[in-house]
Amino acid sequence: MLKKLRRVGPPLLMLAPSLILVGVFVYGLIVANFTTSLTDNHTAAQATGQKPAVVVWFTNYIDLLASEDFQHSLMNLVLYTVVFLAGTMVMGFLWAWMLEKPMKGEGIFRSVYLFPMAVSFVASGVVWRWLLNSNQDEQASGLNRLFQMVGLDALQNNWWNNVTFGIIAIAIPAIWQLSGYVMALFLAGFRGIPDELREAARMDGASEWKLYRHVLFPQLSPVALSALIIIGHMSLKAFDLIMSISKPANYQTKVPAVDMFVFKSSFDYANAAAVGSILLIIVAIVIVPYLIRTNREEKQ
Amino acid sequence: MRVNRRMTATVATAAVLGLTLAACGGGDTSGDDGGEGGGEQVEVFTWWAAGSEKAGLDAMVGVFDEQHPDIEFVNGAVAGGAGSAAKDLLQTRLQAQDPPDTFQAHAGLELQDYIDAAQIEDVSDLYDEFGLTDVFPADLVDRLSTEDGAIYSIPSNIHRANVVWANPTVLEDNGIDPEAEYADLDAWMADLDKLDKAGVTALSVGTTWTQVHLLETVLLASLGADAYSGLWDGTTDWESAEVTSALENFETLIGYTNEDRDGLDWPEATQMVIDGGAAFNVMGDWAVAAFEEQDKVLGTDFTAAPVAGTDGTFDFLADSFTLPVGAPDPDGAKAWLETVGSLEGQVAFNKAKGSIPARTDADPADFSEYQQTAIDSFANDTIVSSLAHGAATPVATLNAISDATSKFTTGASDLAGFQSELAAAAQG
Repeated sequence: MLKKLRRVGPPLLMLAPSLILVGVFVYGLIVANFTTSLTDNHTAAQATGQKPAVVVWFTNYIDLLASEDFQHSLMNLVLYTVVFLAGTMVMGFLWAWMLEKPMKGEGIFRSVYLFPMAVSFVASGVVWRWLLNSNQDEQASGLNRLFQMVGLDALQNNWWNNVTFGIIAIAIPAIWQLSGYVMALFLAGFRGIPDELREAARMDGASEWKLYRHVLFPQLSPVALSALIIIGHMSLKAFDLIMSISKPANYQTKVPAVDMFVFKSSFDYANAAAVGSILLIIVAIVIVPYLIRTNREEKQ
Repeated sequence: MRVNRRMTATVATAAVLGLTLAACGGGDTSGDDGGEGGGEQVEVFTWWAAGSEKAGLDAMVGVFDEQHPDIEFVNGAVAGGAGSAAKDLLQTRLQAQDPPDTFQAHAGLELQDYIDAAQIEDVSDLYDEFGLTDVFPADLVDRLSTEDGAIYSIPSNIHRANVVWANPTVLEDNGIDPEAEYADLDAWMADLDKLDKAGVTALSVGTTWTQVHLLETVLLASLGADAYSGLWDGTTDWESAEVTSALENFETLIGYTNEDRDGLDWPEATQMVIDGGAAFNVMGDWAVAAFEEQDKVLGTDFTAAPVAGTDGTFDFLADSFTLPVGAPDPDGAKAWLETVGSLEGQVAFNKAKGSIPARTDADPADFSEYQQTAIDSFANDTIVSSLAHGAATPVATLNAISDATSKFTTGASDLAGFQSELAAAAQG
């Protein structure tokens, strides 16, 4: 017993600070958030205990999911995530594929594609808000003006001010910023495939397409999955980019994270917490299977 | 070996203790700043961090230093988002029971949440102590008082929301008389239509809150002062036909505005009028600072008038200061509130900020031409409370109305849907 304690004790003590901090500030607060979301704590008076808040179980969730406005936010989130994921994966892969073959100036291109990631979403949002100005024809500026100058007037549109698809316009800067990161991941994946494998495939008479289809793609799939998960969870939490291009009150660009912010500033803590929990569940649906899978692979 | 292991354990224990202590100690350090020695300093929390607002605050501090040389002023201004960043931080600090000594808030129902949460004190005894009851207009004091006669803030300045700014050059170019006074919205909309057909942006507007600002002036113009005020106390029915026709006017007006509105804040929307890119802009009278900063002259380079159909009504909003419950230094806060309410403080502040004093005993001759007209209107007109600036409703109602407005102006709801959402929002 004592021996066991001696063996386990010190590492446990070393881990204790982080365990305690994570326990309190991550898991403890998740529990606190969840309990708030089960109450009718919708006013400032209830938040400070001047008026009682009672447990209403899942009423807030039901009301939220039934409301047309929140459904619009969720739809926006789905659209944004699909376009953002597809955009970064396609661009990232194309760039990685082009850079994969040894060529002159590879380092320069790699840096050029990666640089946008160094810019914060808030800073790039300020610039993109101008580029994505929705004025057309005479008053046009930004990209719409550019379209006019090159004679593509028909491409002018109102960008993020379209009530149904506006959110997709905000995915454009997000794609611009993170494609380089996905490229770096894929490039690492390509470089991790030994040349022998390619040579062996060629020796066996595989065409270039078959080489990719049967030799390289299977080796890249773990990388692709990691990229999907990383970009996916970033997309689900999208807030700063949307806030700096649009405004929290703009209906066309609402997503759950923005709803959470607006509820909080209305002193409606219960609904803010409920939106937070819904977001956590959505992210968990994406992340948990991935974690289980990675865990299993590591054990093997 | 043995020693080493024991040492490891000791170090680890020490680390745990250290971190735990640090975590526990973190909470109360920030509260100490103004705590010791009473009456030495006062932390004033505002969102006046730039431009004419900062100039006003500096002028007020100048008077404060003269009146209370023994108390140090600590500037707690938080910049960003037209006050939204400051309000967020304030919400957090009040929740954590770490209030500043005094904070800025829009006078009126925006204070209701703080009152309900028992976060601010009744200051009506300070009104008696400083002799403020008689120097503020009765209309205003009524609006600041709760039903039981308690008053929770002292106003520092008054702004008018129902002002329309115009560029006379743009109007003349399109054959419209810049001197024209519009009796009602219909007359105004006829000219706006003319401008719109000529390919000019007839009316510039910005993001959601400026659209709500426009909405409130349209409601005021269409319904009249009494029915407009009735919207906020439940005596005017939001579902009525009068409100429907007011919202139809709003719909028409939005049709004359710039398409990129949701991306602009008020300075950019007003700038369109200054630059001649738009003919009219409805904005509160803080916009006068934007014109004057660019050396524009009232009457020749720009005109200002009450929004069509609202002449004789003063749609008011006011900044005010509060006494938070548990303020670290209530004596310092009271000294600040005394300066805020004093004639010298109000004159110095408003001369710099461009608003007008809440006190009626200020000499109009001290102020600019526009301010003089505003002082005159404030003394003689019917006073109503602004919706977009927190005087008429609590924050949650305003947010719900803003959401409904944004939904409508982006085309996601029709007029009937908009009206029923507004009715639901006003019921809370």
